[in-house]
Amino acid sequence: MTTATAPAVDSEQTERTAPPRGRSASEVGRPGFAWAAPAAVFFGLFAIVPLALVVVLSFAGWDGLGPPRFVGLDNWKKLLDDPVMLESLWLSVLLTGLGVLVQTPIALLLGVWAAGHQRNRAVLSAVYFVPLLLSVTAVSVLWRAVLDPNFGVPSQARWLFGDGNLLGTQAGAIGVLAFVGAWQFTPLHTLIYQGAARAIPKVLYQAAEIDGAGRYRRFFHITLPQLRNSIITSTILMVVGGLTTFDTVLILTQGGPGTDTTISAYYMYQKAFKSFDFGAGAAVALLLVLVATVISLVLVRLSGYDRMRSTMEGL
Amino acid sequence: MRTRPNVLAGFGSLVWLFLVGLPLYVMLIATFQSRADYAANGPLAFPERFTLDNYVNDLNEGFGQYFLNTVIVTVSVVGIVLLLVPPLSYAIVRSRGRTTTAVFRLFLLGLAIPSQAVIVPMFYVISQAGLYDNLIGVILPTAAFAMPVCALILTGVMRDITPDLYEAMAIDGASSRRIFLQLVVPLSRSGLSTVVVFSALQAWNGFLFPLVLTQSAETKVITMGLYDFQTEHGVDIPGLLAAVVLSMLPILLVYLFARRALVQGLMGVGGK
Repeated sequence: MTTATAPAVDSEQTERTAPPRGRSASEVGRPGFAWAAPAAVFFGLFAIVPLALVVVLSFAGWDGLGPPRFVGLDNWKKLLDDPVMLESLWLSVLLTGLGVLVQTPIALLLGVWAAGHQRNRAVLSAVYFVPLLLSVTAVSVLWRAVLDPNFGVPSQARWLFGDGNLLGTQAGAIGVLAFVGAWQFTPLHTLIYQGAARAIPKVLYQAAEIDGAGRYRRFFHITLPQLRNSIITSTILMVVGGLTTFDTVLILTQGGPGTDTTISAYYMYQKAFKSFDFGAGAAVALLLVLVATVISLVLVRLSGYDRMRSTMEGL
Repeated sequence: MRTRPNVLAGFGSLVWLFLVGLPLYVMLIATFQSRADYAANGPLAFPERFTLDNYVNDLNEGFGQYFLNTVIVTVSVVGIVLLLVPPLSYAIVRSRGRTTTAVFRLFLLGLAIPSQAVIVPMFYVISQAGLYDNLIGVILPTAAFAMPVCALILTGVMRDITPDLYEAMAIDGASSRRIFLQLVVPLSRSGLSTVVVFSALQAWNGFLFPLVLTQSAETKVITMGLYDFQTEHGVDIPGLLAAVVLSMLPILLVYLFARRALVQGLMGVGGK
């Protein structure tokens, strides 16, 4: 596999980057910009240009057929007056918040538990992992089948699920979306906490033990503070992931019942690719990126993560 | 240290095992029953008559083709990433130019861009390029969006190579190309395998780009096949779930045989 990278550099390129005679020894064998150029051009074309275009398109009217035309602030004015848009932002934030509240405690407990080196823990951790391997599409399709009111699990447990149509009410649908998200992504955060918990210096626990601290005191006074940076990383991942949730909604609820689970990412898709109002879709997308960035920055600020305080201080 | 069994955590871990296992159990047993048997037995009962018809039907009804398309997309994405990212990371780590630093910043910015954010202009760019409903149109953006994480992983690995080794080769008069091929690539093997796994997972499980950039049966990838199956024959639960199993089979096989690389690749997902 490693040899497959060999043709990556054609001879023409290396000739250009070879240092001219007379340069100091430390410059010999240093790669020039030409080594980075192909990747930079490729990434620029298919990631940075579209990102710039999303800003341009948010000020344009485009139906997907003719050329886009400039419409000024029209898309933005319409969006800010659009009750579904405002509701969708609120729903996105609600679903994201629910995700953080459900996943963080479970991932923390499982992660700290899985950090132990016992054999049974390793085996169970391997099983917990499986949902993370699957595509969001497969997971959504799977849960939709499992929760089918007529043929799925709810039909077997009426005492628990009532009429079994979990996706028929707003509360039920939001609950299912949060649950399916947690089912798939908790293992990722478990993994983050597992790694971080293993890195906590043993000497801290030994000292606490000598002072007579029990398991719960050790957890709250050593483990939790030591995991602070991981909690922030994991929360930011959850926020960005939650705000961009899309496949789950498309497959499980189609934004329904009504517009009850039409979160912003899904609304963007509807605007652009169902109503063919691509300008409005671009504006929703841009708004979503801005919201995600602001929330992440606030989290970083509030937590003091940007000041990079090490958990190793005083050791 | 004392090791009293942690009852609370042990109990919690079993509850989670149940939640993870239940839908996977329902899925597996459903796929080995006929539709009529599944409806009669309910989702939880163990089937009395096993059949592979669901899998055979799925493969005959296009999933073979979708599978092939997904393999094409995955292999191409991994190929592009392996071709472009290692030289990039090498330049980032070893070059002294300001432009290279600027390029690295660009890729770091890229870490923060979700694909949802650019899907509208991506549709515009790909249609303008005449690549709509063409697998190439799916491959290019998928590869681009896998690149920032891969660059980050490889740059980290290449930074760990001691400068002495670079200098020793440079003193011997080795060109950048020779240093790259004989020193950097061999010493970055673990990073390269993580990058392969990460980009392969992104490509195999990708949904949004194929959803928006393709439409015909000839260009359908397996996630799109699942989505369309669900929309068109959502009531055929055993058939649908067999398709889900087919879609995850290759990843599960890799998981069995290369667990370490896969887990590291997934942590790469975490970096996104």
